[in-house]
Amino acid sequence: MEAFVRQVAVLLAKDVLVELRAGELIYATLLFSAIVVLLFSFAFLGGSPPTIEVTAGVLWVGLALAGMLGISRSFEREREADTLRALLLSPVSRAALYLAKMLGICLLMIAVCCVVLPALGLLFGLHIERIGLLLGLLALGILGFAAVAALFGASLGRARVRELLLPLLVYPLTVPVLLAGTRGTYAVLYGTEQSLLDAARWLRFLLVFDATALLCGLWLFEPMTAQE
Amino acid sequence: MSGLDEVEAQGVVKDYGRQRALCGVSLRLAAGQSTVLLGDNGAGKSTLLGILATLVRPTRGRVLFGGHAAESLEPGALRAQIGLLSHEVRCYGDLSARENLRFFGRLYGLRAALEERVASLIERVGLAAAADRPVRTFSRGMLQRLALARTLLHRPRLLLLDEPYTGLDRDGVTLLSHLLDEERRRGALLLITSHDLDVVAPLCDQALLLRRGRIVASARFAPGTCTATELARLCTAEAES
Amino acid sequence: MSVRRWPTTGLLLLLGLSAAGLMTAPHLILAAPAESTMGFVQRIFYFHVPSAWLAMLGAFTCGGASALFLFRGSERADHIAHAAAELTVLFGLCTIVTGPLWARKAWGVFWQWDVRLTTTLLLWIIFVTYLFARRYGGPGGRQLAAGLALFGAADVPLIYVSVSIWRTIHPKTTVVSTLDPGMRPAFWVSMLTFTVLFLALLHLRLGLEAARARYEALYLEAQDTGLLDE
Repeated sequence: MEAFVRQVAVLLAKDVLVELRAGELIYATLLFSAIVVLLFSFAFLGGSPPTIEVTAGVLWVGLALAGMLGISRSFEREREADTLRALLLSPVSRAALYLAKMLGICLLMIAVCCVVLPALGLLFGLHIERIGLLLGLLALGILGFAAVAALFGASLGRARVRELLLPLLVYPLTVPVLLAGTRGTYAVLYGTEQSLLDAARWLRFLLVFDATALLCGLWLFEPMTAQE
Repeated sequence: MSGLDEVEAQGVVKDYGRQRALCGVSLRLAAGQSTVLLGDNGAGKSTLLGILATLVRPTRGRVLFGGHAAESLEPGALRAQIGLLSHEVRCYGDLSARENLRFFGRLYGLRAALEERVASLIERVGLAAAADRPVRTFSRGMLQRLALARTLLHRPRLLLLDEPYTGLDRDGVTLLSHLLDEERRRGALLLITSHDLDVVAPLCDQALLLRRGRIVASARFAPGTCTATELARLCTAEAES
Repeated sequence: MSVRRWPTTGLLLLLGLSAAGLMTAPHLILAAPAESTMGFVQRIFYFHVPSAWLAMLGAFTCGGASALFLFRGSERADHIAHAAAELTVLFGLCTIVTGPLWARKAWGVFWQWDVRLTTTLLLWIIFVTYLFARRYGGPGGRQLAAGLALFGAADVPLIYVSVSIWRTIHPKTTVVSTLDPGMRPAFWVSMLTFTVLFLALLHLRLGLEAARARYEALYLEAQDTGLLDE
């Protein structure tokens, strides 16, 4: 168990170190997430104040779009010098590899949140009273999204169209996350007692989704990354 | 499992769709022996190395590691004994040579003497001056030296080297031959593919010629008796028959 | 290598049965009593429900076969998964086309974010992606697609639950009524006919895959013996 945790930590630390040296991935992703919010504000803000329904949607769609850009790039980086193969050849367990990749994606998407939330506050007048509930939704939503993206990102192999395939594979499967995220956020922002109960219900749903996605990911990672 | 002392491939077949890369290859690698795998481009050498490294699953046939099928062994313990040097460098361009080796060392569970091991290997492959530069700035030959260091880092018992001499200068070639000879004395199992017969001949205990996915000729040599002429004869003898 | 006789008796039987069913069903459907509020358009239901059922059957067949392929490496399971996925896309399309036609009359709109509608649509999209991944996934595309099918099979119930929570927060339209006894023969004949048709198509598709596998094997053999060198 201790060895397992150490393997995950070594892999994750490597991803962070590479990113600290290169830097292009995180800056591009953060800039892109700001641009996405800006585009949404051009599309939705025409003088009248935005409804909270729109704000909730922009938060989650922006997160999903910017997250995907970063995820694509992070797996592309592992393929540049074929280092993904070196990881698969090393004695680390597949589960450790999967979890490290998943946690890396979580870190990236947390960074995206740090841009998108203030931008929404500025442009969409987002004002949150129940920050705890919202952060809970975001944390569980990001975990669910990352659990799916890490599995498919790592198993894309050498497909010619992998940058096209990844969003096609990940978005339909993460519809429950998007739905729970947007509706839960809407309920939090709405702020009545009844709607907060709804938000708590979405939170519980996300827990179930995350557990299912993680189990599937751990179970399928080994056979899906095996080479033909 | 400790001390892998024999690797045997039995009737290994590998199809890629309509391309049959290997058609029933059998071979045996023994401890302290080096086997040279000869053959043209596209003969199936890299595929064979991938299968022996447990990276690629054969369509048919099996590989026995110390008499056990790969599936019956603990995968982590098995992989810890394999070192594969392939065409790609498989190191992170944004990290320095030292950071790359340190990372792979940790992946292979080296802890106690990791820093010394990394430092001595860097010294050994002649990268001491460039050890802290990003790998992205390395020349082809330097990359090859780094890839070699990464392959030898965890002292694998089974060494699979795909064209290890490409990109190396004269000093590099001498160094590599010396390192491989050391590994052989240590009792490692070596499988080397190369086109440069002069360079590999002194190392060769067993030579296999792969053509279109089949082993069409083979020869064994007593230590130090193999010459480039013998290897060249092996290649042409088959072509005539 | 033995050469199988084709078409086999099983296939002929399946094809005959589905042809007979397809000829009988329209008469039964016309003879069935008209639904009081929706009238004639309700009869689309006899196509819609069987299509939806087969899309589901295909999806779960594909999921199960994909598991066998991923964990046992069974080539035949991979053929079954591929054929079942194609049928899911086909029957899913039938469901998605007939649904809105009926909805236009019943609800006044083509599309409602109804639980079953939304889930079926997403299921359909997942299986279109499955075929896409197989075709363009390159080496390892089959594993990728199989993983998608398995993950999708686990995901569909979650999609269903999430959409239904979403919809219960909003006003809900209930249209499901118990089946009039007079409609039963038409309905069950339709169900049976479609299922037999599904099996016939699956059988045909598997025959094609088997033939293709034999062809590939022969090609490789010919390559081995040097027949294709010139």
